[in-house]
Amino acid sequence: MPSRELDRGAVTGAPHAAGTVAVRPDADPAPSSILAERASRFVSADDRSDSVIAAILANRPTATVVHAEVAEDVPHIVKIRGFSLHYGEKQALHDVSLDVPVGKVVALIGPSGCGKSTLIRCVNRLNDLIDSVRTSGVLTIGETSVLGPETDVIGLRKRVGMVFQKSNPFPKSIFENVVYGLRIAGEGRRSVLREVCERSLREAALWDEVKDRLDESALQLSGGQQQRLCIARAVATRPEVLLMDEPCSALDPVATAKVEELIGQLRGVYTVMIVTHNMQQAARVSDYTAFMYLGRLVEYGPTEAIFQNPRCRDTRDYVTGRFG
Amino acid sequence: MSPTESSITKSTGPAPSTRRRRRIDGGEPLVFLTGMGLAIGLTMITALLALILFKGLEAFWPKRVARIELTPAAAERVGRDVVVAHILGRQEIRGAAHAEGGAGVDEGDPGTELRLQVGNRDLNGMGFMYLPESAIERISHPRGILRLERMEYGPALVEPLELDIAGEPPLSLASEGGIDALERAIRAAAHRRAEIRAIERDQIGGLSRRIESLRMRRRGIEASATPDPAEVASIEARIAELERRYEGLAAESRALRDAQHADTLTYRIDSGREHRIPVGEIVSAERPNALGFFGRLRVFLGNMWSFVVDEPREANTEGGIFPALFGTFVMTLILSVAVTPFGVIAAIYLREYAKDGPTVRAVRIAINNLAGVPSIVFGVFGLGFFVYFVGGSIDTLFFRLSEGPVFGTGGILWASLTLALMTVPVVIVATEEALAAVSRGVREGSLACGASKWQTIQRIVLPAAAPGIITGMILAMARGAGEVAPLMITGVVKLAPTLPLDATFPFLHLDRKFMHLGFHIYDLGFQSPDSEAARPMVFATTLLLIALVVTMNLGAIVIRERLRRKYATGAF
Ligand SMILES: Nc1ncnc2c1ncn2[C@@H]1O[C@H](COP(=O)(O)OP(=O)(O)O)[C@@H](O)[C@H]1O
Ligand SMILES: [Mg+2]
Repeated sequence: MPSRELDRGAVTGAPHAAGTVAVRPDADPAPSSILAERASRFVSADDRSDSVIAAILANRPTATVVHAEVAEDVPHIVKIRGFSLHYGEKQALHDVSLDVPVGKVVALIGPSGCGKSTLIRCVNRLNDLIDSVRTSGVLTIGETSVLGPETDVIGLRKRVGMVFQKSNPFPKSIFENVVYGLRIAGEGRRSVLREVCERSLREAALWDEVKDRLDESALQLSGGQQQRLCIARAVATRPEVLLMDEPCSALDPVATAKVEELIGQLRGVYTVMIVTHNMQQAARVSDYTAFMYLGRLVEYGPTEAIFQNPRCRDTRDYVTGRFG
Repeated sequence: MSPTESSITKSTGPAPSTRRRRRIDGGEPLVFLTGMGLAIGLTMITALLALILFKGLEAFWPKRVARIELTPAAAERVGRDVVVAHILGRQEIRGAAHAEGGAGVDEGDPGTELRLQVGNRDLNGMGFMYLPESAIERISHPRGILRLERMEYGPALVEPLELDIAGEPPLSLASEGGIDALERAIRAAAHRRAEIRAIERDQIGGLSRRIESLRMRRRGIEASATPDPAEVASIEARIAELERRYEGLAAESRALRDAQHADTLTYRIDSGREHRIPVGEIVSAERPNALGFFGRLRVFLGNMWSFVVDEPREANTEGGIFPALFGTFVMTLILSVAVTPFGVIAAIYLREYAKDGPTVRAVRIAINNLAGVPSIVFGVFGLGFFVYFVGGSIDTLFFRLSEGPVFGTGGILWASLTLALMTVPVVIVATEEALAAVSRGVREGSLACGASKWQTIQRIVLPAAAPGIITGMILAMARGAGEVAPLMITGVVKLAPTLPLDATFPFLHLDRKFMHLGFHIYDLGFQSPDSEAARPMVFATTLLLIALVVTMNLGAIVIRERLRRKYATGAF
């Protein structure tokens, strides 16, 4: 699939034939009757032009609104162009194009099931674990192409850290959890491991809480501490891109505040792609926000603009809490 | 009457039946049934264990010796007026037992009879007898009666007369001092016996193995195209040297054996006969009636100890069972060392790598069914595959010059591998479950850190699954340790001259035949000529087998719990 330039501030129309986004009741995320109902509820007759639902119903290609600021903020480290993904027969991502500026925090928002997790799991090819997944389009990190059979997946994953929705510390000591990535990479020098462990735990704001019990099991930490440990583990190898899939959804407000503060500190050091369904959180932590809906990227721009002054009807409805 | 009850009795029409149906729907009778099933199962198991525990321990408890005086009429028939015996039990007289008992009184005489262990099998011709209670005049328990445990002919219940130590005047045993001297002499004899054993089994055995291997080398050289006479001569010289040492050791053990016969004990038994036996023939001597509670306890513990550490005597019906205990232990260890990696690797492939499909499902079904194949079938397979095929091939490749088969005959390795094969489904199933229980989250976390699939399995999945894997190993051990049938054709023997693990190079002798507690139980209970005498041993051996399995399992459980605790999940 050819990659397209993202026109600054322009509405980029999807180039594919209308047929490929045809409503297929058996395959699409939501049956057309529900779509139609939603369309009539939230979209007045004259707005139908920029509603994703209206576009799907009318068999028209959907459009992504990209604000000029994103396109101007070069260089882009992650480039996604015309990217589609199928789970077996079911298409979960439709022609997504998204560029992530280096060193910035990009939030992915959207109602659940819209494909946010699916999209960021493509960045480190974690979807390879699912046999039925097929992808098309272009996805690059730096100069490296991510997709394709010849990609060095393990090398790629060393460059891309990931924090999951559910904290998943390994059944090992705290120390071994943090240095896991280094050990995998063959680093065996105790002094280096110690140093990295301390640095990563400090970055994850966990050092003071665990510095006296690095050899205890990680599973004895509280939920919030476990999640910060997972963040420390992800940043230990100094990845170029950090993926976070709803990192705070299982945390209490205090732990959430800590993680958010942490993301604020990581800004500039790492490029972060964070999925969240918490609008305030997206507004607090991110530089840019991408709104996804029904497997499509609807609007992508500076966080402030998305929340204060979105250009699309769907985005406005979503950020003002009228659906989702 | 409670409100509910009254409402039930007052209700009329279809109400009771619907109520009953509702209660059945509610499942309460089923709860009752399941509880009853559990209770029955538990009762049976505890009863069995209690029986084994009681009978097994009773075998070691020193029993009192009764001096039974017979009525004149009975004395005439039996041919003596006193019987000295352990009273084992009391039972209704039944025709057949009566006629067989030997001490028969009036035909058709109802009543009860005593089952007696009279000992002195060498002099009486039998160790047990039945005596009708009507034949008894008086029972007493004189303190002076001595019970001897001997190398042959089982126990003797005697009145000690005289101790004759070589080079000293005969010592009357009516005094306490005499008994002390006897005990000293018995201890000295036991010491000499251990020495003889060390020489004959360990040293001479090691020597003859070395001589045999030298002979094998000589044959190899002679069979080669260009035999080197100088080398043959040097081997000859070494063989001659070893044979000289062999002769020296043999002479030493002959001298010790002679010393075993130097001292003698003279005693009188209940029939009035006097007899003289060498002290070296006596294993232990005690006066059961003179023992207080703590004395009995000491004898009890001593008996138990010697049961565990001694070798069997008299076609296994007497003495200890150490070789069988040790053989079972080593076999179970080899079994678990063999079965665990094999089962774990198979389970990893099935769970982590194989694509789920009809083939994998068929393999799983086959594995589960393998657990239902009769164990003797595994034994036959082990005999054909391991012993004849693998062992035979090893022999033709490496031991062509040895005189008999080395690996081409049953041995502890083949027996253990056969059992490993039999128990591998247990390990596979348990491991698969443990692997499946490792959450997708940590796997993805590891992969996201840049680990390969194998690294993830090795560093994350296997450690997390280790407790489950050990559970599988415990189940396999428990099943394998108690199995007898396949062993009988792959390497277990009634009496093994050597242990599978000892001080001679290469220490672990995987080719050796071995003894096994399970087979020992079968042999004692059903193959021994004197099953009456072996009965307590059967219980004691069963108790020990259970204790061994429980101990090994506890060991594994301790390891598992330590692993679990290491990674215990804390509260959120
Ligand atoms: N393993 C899978 N197999 C099939 N469909 C999936 C799978 N994972 C997710 N999906 C589907 O893909 C769509 C997007 O899911 P996801 O990316 O998890 O959404 P979210 O935006 O909530 O993270 C959903 O409709 C979901 O049902
Ligand atoms: Mg999600």
